[in-house]
Amino acid sequence: MRAFEYTSPTTRQQAVELLAGSWDQSAVLAGGTDLLSLMKDDVVAPKRVVNIKDIRELHGVRFGPRGMQIGALTSLGELADHPLVRQHYPAFGDAVVEAASQQIRNMATLGGNICQRPRCWYFRSGFGLTPKTPEGKSLVEEGDNRYHAILGNDGAALFVSPSSIVPAMIAYGARIRIAGPKGAREVALEKFFVIPRTESEREHDLRPNEIVTDVFLPPPAAGRYAHYEVRQKESFDWPLVLAAVALQMNGNTVRSAKVVMGYVAPVPWVSEEAAQALVGKTVTEQTAQAAGEAAVSQAKPLSRNRYKVQLARVAVKRAILQAAQGKAEGGAA
Amino acid sequence: MAEYKWPAPAERTLIGKRISRVDGAVKVSGHAKYSYDYNPKGLLFGKVLRCPHAHARVTSIDTSAAEKMAGIKAVQIVQKPGTEVLWQGDDIVAVAAVDEPTAEDAIRAIQVKYEVLPHNVSDAEPPAGAGEGPAGPMTEDDLENALGNQVPDAQVISDLQKRGVTFQVTDDMTKELKGYGVSDAVINALKAAAYHPEAASQPRSPYQKMAAQTQGDPDKGFASAEVTSEGVYGAPVITHCCLETHGSAAEWPSSDHLLVHCSTQGVSGLPDQYAQALKIPAGNVRAHQDHIGGGFGSKFSPDRWGIATAQLSKSAGGKPVKYMLERDSELMTAGARPSAYARVKVAAKGDGTLVAWQSDSWGTGGPAGAGSPPLPYVFEIPNQRKQHTAVRTNQGPARAWRAPNHPQAAVITMCALDDLAHKLNMDPVEFFAKNLDMTGPRAPIYKEELPLAAELMGWKQKWHPRGDKSEGPIKRGVGLSMHTWGGRGHASNCLLSIHPDGSVDIKMGSQDLGTGTRTAILIVAADSLGIPMNAITLNIGDTMYPPDGGSGGSTTIGGVSSSTRRAALMALDQLFAKVAPALKAQPADLEARDGTVRVKSEPSRSLSWKQACAKLGAMPLSVTGKNPGPGNLINSGVGGVGMADVSVDTETGIVKVNKMVAVQDCGLVINLKTAESQCYGALIMGISYALYEEKVLDPVTGRMLNPNMEFYRLAGLRDIPELMVHMMTDPLNENRGVIGLGEPPVISPGAAISNAVANAIGVRVPFLPLTPDRVLAALEQQQKAGA
Ligand SMILES: Cc1cc2nc3c(=O)[nH]c(=O)nc-3n(C[C@H](O)[C@H](O)[C@H](O)COP(=O)(O)OP(=O)(O)OC[C@H]3O[C@@H](n4cnc5c(N)ncnc54)[C@H](O)[C@@H]3O)c2cc1C
Repeated sequence: MRAFEYTSPTTRQQAVELLAGSWDQSAVLAGGTDLLSLMKDDVVAPKRVVNIKDIRELHGVRFGPRGMQIGALTSLGELADHPLVRQHYPAFGDAVVEAASQQIRNMATLGGNICQRPRCWYFRSGFGLTPKTPEGKSLVEEGDNRYHAILGNDGAALFVSPSSIVPAMIAYGARIRIAGPKGAREVALEKFFVIPRTESEREHDLRPNEIVTDVFLPPPAAGRYAHYEVRQKESFDWPLVLAAVALQMNGNTVRSAKVVMGYVAPVPWVSEEAAQALVGKTVTEQTAQAAGEAAVSQAKPLSRNRYKVQLARVAVKRAILQAAQGKAEGGAA
Repeated sequence: MAEYKWPAPAERTLIGKRISRVDGAVKVSGHAKYSYDYNPKGLLFGKVLRCPHAHARVTSIDTSAAEKMAGIKAVQIVQKPGTEVLWQGDDIVAVAAVDEPTAEDAIRAIQVKYEVLPHNVSDAEPPAGAGEGPAGPMTEDDLENALGNQVPDAQVISDLQKRGVTFQVTDDMTKELKGYGVSDAVINALKAAAYHPEAASQPRSPYQKMAAQTQGDPDKGFASAEVTSEGVYGAPVITHCCLETHGSAAEWPSSDHLLVHCSTQGVSGLPDQYAQALKIPAGNVRAHQDHIGGGFGSKFSPDRWGIATAQLSKSAGGKPVKYMLERDSELMTAGARPSAYARVKVAAKGDGTLVAWQSDSWGTGGPAGAGSPPLPYVFEIPNQRKQHTAVRTNQGPARAWRAPNHPQAAVITMCALDDLAHKLNMDPVEFFAKNLDMTGPRAPIYKEELPLAAELMGWKQKWHPRGDKSEGPIKRGVGLSMHTWGGRGHASNCLLSIHPDGSVDIKMGSQDLGTGTRTAILIVAADSLGIPMNAITLNIGDTMYPPDGGSGGSTTIGGVSSSTRRAALMALDQLFAKVAPALKAQPADLEARDGTVRVKSEPSRSLSWKQACAKLGAMPLSVTGKNPGPGNLINSGVGGVGMADVSVDTETGIVKVNKMVAVQDCGLVINLKTAESQCYGALIMGISYALYEEKVLDPVTGRMLNPNMEFYRLAGLRDIPELMVHMMTDPLNENRGVIGLGEPPVISPGAAISNAVANAIGVRVPFLPLTPDRVLAALEQQQKAGA
């Protein structure tokens, strides 16, 4: 790891002031479970590290008229153990409990989970987010892309969005608050993730001198929620593909649906096609299957990841069926 | 004179019982010190600049900026300009600094220029005809491969005569070959072979086809068969992934004396290797190791980085320098198990009797190609034709991996046989049982083990013809495999002293790989001397103690248990001679039991152990028990059976193991508990390589893409199912003496799991690891074939 300056502000204001206007100058340190690996592997080398863990107000969970407000520094472990989280937001709770390992959940923060960098093995070897061969071709396309994107992969970015928790949050309609030099702004979590077109762009809508301060999960509308992960190993591993769904019902038929897939695209992938396939239908094996098909109808697998199309199809189907069976029935309202 | 044999069953108080390992408490409490934990005051930190290219020539190295940096104490060029580097991560320059970040900064300040050369990291099937045609002069590799693969002498001689050699034949070389048992005829042909130095530098094909081997009459065999099965099978390159990475701390107590704390499987073997590289007398090298965090066959050498560590220390005025590999370097460079694949044709009569085998195998062991797996494995099928092609790649160098070549041979053979059983419409247990007479000397043990394993697995209830026909996407199946291994004890010296105060100590240059070697030595000594294990002080892991063999090839238990037994019996002989007068008996009439020395026929005539030892007078008695030595205490050759029960999600291709069974013999078991632990560990390691492990190399850059423990997956606790282990401990086995166990139980799991998956889903997934993409691809093929 390269030498760096270490700072520990106690307010958001101070934190934002300590952050510089460019990514190579400074970095936010939360739980450090990702930032430290990135620095050790020399993928990033910030000159100043701004530890935000001493900012008290960014810790903890509160319930209010806007639903659940989670401070960005709340650890995944705290969320996993919080009785009301799983009661009111069961699919989100499931996602948190299944993420990483107990040790990592103890350190990792929700803000860090949202802002963590892609696990693409070319990115982590220092080839960047849009790696190229010496001839200027896509290194991912020419190389080993077994874990890469099957959707949203028309451009140069072929990595997959790394969080296994974010898709469930998007299904619940999460918004995040961001503090910057000009004050606070709020964005829908779904809109926070962007597909970089060039090496100079990032995978989030975050400026180098901004920090994520809070996450809001709106009061859960009476509905049915589920989260389904396809994992090769049962512990200490990343999902190969996942799906999170939210179904608003009209009696037995689906009034509206949100289907979000993880690990299929450079961003958490919200599938309108899958939602459309469900609206107005009762959930059966057949309709769930059809929604799964719809979810991957636009998929364009690379040379080695065709199997992920099948995994995505199945994850969507199973998440829908689980939601319908009330396995993760949610909504206090 | 003592009779050198194991105590009779009724006289054993410790041997064969379940005894907890003596180093358990220090290990779980974190008090055990590994080489990694050696942190003396003033320690300097080593780092190595590694080549980022899979194949390159070093053209220039400039270390001047690094040398000027504050805190840098030494810089050592490991591979000079001009060197051809054959894998990513190979060592180029090493530095030592006052702390790790400074060492890293220095590495970044070093300028190395490379001429990047074309790489090949693919071990895909060689194209037809590859490696054939007029073969050029033989290289040392060619010769080693021919000898290592038991190519008949006549063929080697004719090759030498026809082709000549690219290397100079020295007396040292011929002596060494003779030492390996190479015949005089071959050595004479080698000496007479024409020398073609120019051929050594010519570009060579990556494919090295070995001579075809034929046995019986394969054509006739296949013609006479009623059922023939063909398939392709294999396992990729995997790494050892030791949890404690390779490395050492080195210091020079004086200008020509070296002390190393090295993570190693062979303490006694280190001094000579350091001495050769550093040009000092081997007697001036001391190596020490208390505990090791895994080796699996990859830790016998100080390695380039270890020699560099010693050189750095020397340049830094002898101060201790520690360099342990980073996780990525460990996975890239510190050992890879060769891949092996084969196209197999195997045939049987209608009743299941095997008649013919044919295999075209290939695989890579990195730059040197690889040895070929012993095919067909376990079963001596009467008619065989087989040919192996070694593929030279820039995958990184191969190292022995727990039972070298056997797990690959098991995958290829046992999966092919399982496919044949399916074609025969036979239950694999019956089919394997039918052919057990082809397994040679191990046949009787397999005949006992196979039904036992089937019973423990619940095979009869679980087995069904291929393809679980039950509803839903989850399919369940069972599979089996068999294996064999040698495991004769290595050379060992046990220096045992009994002191006049009754204390006993043992000194051995051996090492405890985590297998329970310490515990085994103490069990044997205590059971032999009739005193408790904790009354004996055991010192191992240092070259100050008598030399002992390296812990590889499952040779340690046989070595240390027999040398210790001999030492204890010799010591008792001498003690009894001193004690006999006091008990008014003949030495031969005495025994040491329950903390006393007593008259066998009249146990009440006794002295306590302490009183007895007081008769020694002023001086302790010291003896050295050896292996090999008198008496038949050890043996070689084991057989084992592995079975797996799996569930496969046919929609996602995810495989879960529900249960594993290992039935294993290893002669006389010294410690049942640690013997079973070896099998548990082997089953877990087996699940890992069956389902997850693969050294992934990027075709474009030639780099390893998963040099971490995130995408180089190992089974975690939740991936480990019910494991059932049964050790064969009947008198017939015990009477054979002690045989090694470290390796055999890891051989079968891969094949057994692959067979279980085939049984579950009705189609073979040809290659390990059985990842979702491969399982889904096999299912898709099956569907296409069915449609
Ligand atoms: C073995 C392993 C398995 C894992 N498995 C999973 C899994 O299954 N699912 C999953 O979702 N994740 C998984 N993770 C990732 C883990 O969840 C993340 O590393 C963690 O959530 C990051 O949180 P942190 O607080 O440690 O972030 P840090 O490491 O401190 O920061 C991560 C990144 O986000 C930035 N950052 C952090 N907080 C903020 C903020 N408030 N505002 C702006 N920027 C910020 C940092 O600058 C840095 O770039 C795994 C990690 C490991 C090592």
